[in-house]
Amino acid sequence: MASSATKIEGKTVTLEIFRYQPDDETEPRYDTFEVPYREDWVVLDAINWIKDEVDGSLSYRWSCRMGVCGSCGMMVNGEPKLTCAVFLRDYYPKPMRIEPLEHFPVTRDLVINMDDFMGKMEKLQTWIVPKEPRTIEEGEYRQTPRQLADYKQYTMCINCMLCYSACPVYGLDSSFLGPAALTLGRRYSLDSRDGAKDERAELIQSDEGVWSCTFVGECSRVCPKNVDPAGAIQAGKVEGTVDMMKSMLMPWGRK
Amino acid sequence: MSIPVYDVLIVGGGGAGLRAAIAVAQADPTQRVAVVSKVYPMRSHTVSAEGGAAGVIKDNDSAEDHCNDTIGGGDWLADQDAVEAFVEEAPKELIQLEHWGCPWNREADGSVAVRPFGGMKIQRTWFASDKTGFHMLHTLFQTSQQFDPVTRYDEHFVFDLLVHDGRCQGVACIELKTGEVRIIAGRSVILCTGGGGRIFPFTTNAAIKTGDGMGLAYRAGVGLKDMEFVQYHPTGLPGTGILITEAARGEGGILLNKDGRRYLQDHDLGSPLEVSDPRHPQLKSMELGPRDRLSQAFYWEREAGNVFTSDDGDYVHLDVTHLGEKKINKRIPFVRDTALKYVGVDCVKEPIPVRPVVHYMMGGVDTDIDAATSLPGLYAAGECACVSINGANRLGSNSLTELLVFGKRAGMGAAAFAKANPEVAVDALAAQVGDKAARLKSLYSEGREGEASIASIRRTLTSAMETGAGIYRDQARLDALCETLREIKARIKDLRITDRSKTFNTQLVQALELEFMVDAAEAVAFSASARKESRGAHQRLDFKERDDGAFLKHSVAFKSDGDPRIDYKDVSITKWPPAERVYGK
Ligand SMILES: Cc1cc2nc3c(=O)[nH]c(=O)nc-3n(C[C@H](O)[C@H](O)[C@H](O)COP(=O)(O)OP(=O)(O)OC[C@H]3O[C@@H](n4cnc5c(N)ncnc54)[C@H](O)[C@@H]3O)c2cc1C
Ligand code: SF4
Ligand code: FES
Repeated sequence: MASSATKIEGKTVTLEIFRYQPDDETEPRYDTFEVPYREDWVVLDAINWIKDEVDGSLSYRWSCRMGVCGSCGMMVNGEPKLTCAVFLRDYYPKPMRIEPLEHFPVTRDLVINMDDFMGKMEKLQTWIVPKEPRTIEEGEYRQTPRQLADYKQYTMCINCMLCYSACPVYGLDSSFLGPAALTLGRRYSLDSRDGAKDERAELIQSDEGVWSCTFVGECSRVCPKNVDPAGAIQAGKVEGTVDMMKSMLMPWGRK
Repeated sequence: MSIPVYDVLIVGGGGAGLRAAIAVAQADPTQRVAVVSKVYPMRSHTVSAEGGAAGVIKDNDSAEDHCNDTIGGGDWLADQDAVEAFVEEAPKELIQLEHWGCPWNREADGSVAVRPFGGMKIQRTWFASDKTGFHMLHTLFQTSQQFDPVTRYDEHFVFDLLVHDGRCQGVACIELKTGEVRIIAGRSVILCTGGGGRIFPFTTNAAIKTGDGMGLAYRAGVGLKDMEFVQYHPTGLPGTGILITEAARGEGGILLNKDGRRYLQDHDLGSPLEVSDPRHPQLKSMELGPRDRLSQAFYWEREAGNVFTSDDGDYVHLDVTHLGEKKINKRIPFVRDTALKYVGVDCVKEPIPVRPVVHYMMGGVDTDIDAATSLPGLYAAGECACVSINGANRLGSNSLTELLVFGKRAGMGAAAFAKANPEVAVDALAAQVGDKAARLKSLYSEGREGEASIASIRRTLTSAMETGAGIYRDQARLDALCETLREIKARIKDLRITDRSKTFNTQLVQALELEFMVDAAEAVAFSASARKESRGAHQRLDFKERDDGAFLKHSVAFKSDGDPRIDYKDVSITKWPPAERVYGK
């Protein structure tokens, strides 16, 4: 349907964009847009250009345009990407197909519904449950650089949902807690200040937890922040196995 | 329509809003709190802050020193009682965040580490690599989830404050997912909506920073204070405006003009030490001078033809190559990553092109030291507010701490107000919103065949702001800007809206944001025009000196039918009489 009426000078590139408006349409469609090609444009710049100059009704999320707020995840040619962190030059001169992140209900156009994830974070108690409560007057907890390094990588998650979009297990069964939520749970369990490891372990080791994962590893491959959720999940499995053995061999010594 | 009623209703889920929410929930678990935010809280702009948060913690530092730096840095326009309270509460708040799990960088003994920052005489900036704001925001958000009394309204756009009987008693908002207009009532309301850097074309600010809270308060008759003070950060990337954090200079990065000269020495910012000298970088000198002075130096270098030129505008070089790959990767990895991605420069090998870009608004909703505004029941905290601890120029790393200190104060103040004022006129609020809801509904179903596109008005607005209220200002340019803004106010009534969908209508949101941007821009322009002196970030070519006799005062802009009315308010001076701002000595 729609295409650009605006005259563009110089090189162009084609974007094919998924459109869906639940209030007045039943079927999704694809709209094709010719967009100016600029060496330094990220895919999001091209989408913003369309919204400003051609079709103001295109809906999507974005904010920081520097890869840190986690809003702008979309499928670009079938791969989940942060659109503010991939460049037109990475695809040029081929056309690009832009779709909402896979495995989520679509609210409209490129906007997905991520309520499910928000609920999962809460379930996993992604906050510090202090091992030894302290008052402000007692100052900071001591935490050595090495203790910090134990969990630091897992704090880097921007909740962009790319890993869920890449995860075949989540695609089949959305009750799976999934890569980012499990990783955040682990982040707190590994923190020297925290004392709720055992409570979280119950959920992490449950049917919705690490054992659903068939170790495809796609989550770590697509993660734009090198959080390595697959590594976190594997480590969770190993820990679960060790705990289980311990409780079988020395049932008195578990907690 | 059923209208939920909360004790404390917070608009904004960034650092300030979340801190306020937790403060209420912890102080009194029987009070109900709502956090209404146009984006999911962890998308808030606090997430992009990099460098760090200031607070006195080390033995070589003192509250007196932090006050000194902040007040001098703000060119004596900060309220000194507020600065004293801020400095005293800052370390407690940063420790509180540590207890909640913030991954602060550490010394070998496990205590928190601090780094140098521009304008601070002593190292006192707490940091979490170069993603401090990201870690603070996620820590606050994750921590906030454990408090049952806190209800979130994610992706709800607030477009109106509801005032009845002289008290702010709630907000009207659009639920983006459904397009429904909702009224949420609050016995007290706190604005934590962040800044408005998007009123300028080159800015480090995220797309959501459109000055909404400033506009909301302004329309409700509350004054906007010190709006003419807009901070340029000296090191943004040309084109996108993406920030290269000040930490790059804190670690020893240097600024060079096109001839390779460390030009800051020619602009009263001290004399350079060799980068190999162990005393480099020197605090409060050269590259670690304050942001306003560094951005102004760029302006004069450009006037003298000493900068590089390109399609994306003029620029100078920020050189960190001498730090070496190891240090760069450890201390400022995000800088390397950002420069590589967005300008194709590996800063281990080459200097990074940078230019001044709009970064922070010192001004905002006029509040007192307890975050209360002149409208009973309405509070404000964070970048949208002006207490003021920042005066005419904020020091880097003071604002993240400000979110915590004044977010908490706002929470406590609003909670107490709610206790004392339990009654809410729910029916009266519903009646108020009726008309506006109908107007929005007709926009959804019919659109608006206006002449002006959102993008074109936005472009006119932002480029007029850059020309008229940029790093240097004068009367002629400000007059022209004020005139352009009057025209925009007329044209904006005829904005074209083509999206007729109720579901996630981002075009409607952009239109409402643009209206808020115009409010904020107007307050900046007219306050700047009225301030006939140079102070901090407000520099006038036609009034080059600071004039304490006439202008050691806060300006407060009030909305009126035509141009805004500008009033003045005294600055609180406790112990630090105005003096000359000296750097590099
Ligand atoms: C790139 C960058 C780096 C920075 N680095 C530092 C640093 O190192 N140290 C430092 O001290 N400061 C730094 N700052 C400044 C600091 O980050 C900001 O001043 C601060 O984060 C603002 O926080 P806030 O809570 O006031 O608002 P924000 O974090 O901007 O949050 C605003 C909230 O309000 C909501 N909102 C806005 N309008 C509406 C509406 N109409 N309806 C509903 N909700 C609404 C948004 O959804 C959001 O949740 C930096 C700023 C930038 C731009
Ligand atoms: S783990 Fe990586 S891909 Fe998954 S949400 Fe976090 S940052 Fe995104
Ligand atoms: S816009 Fe923030 S991550 Fe892309």
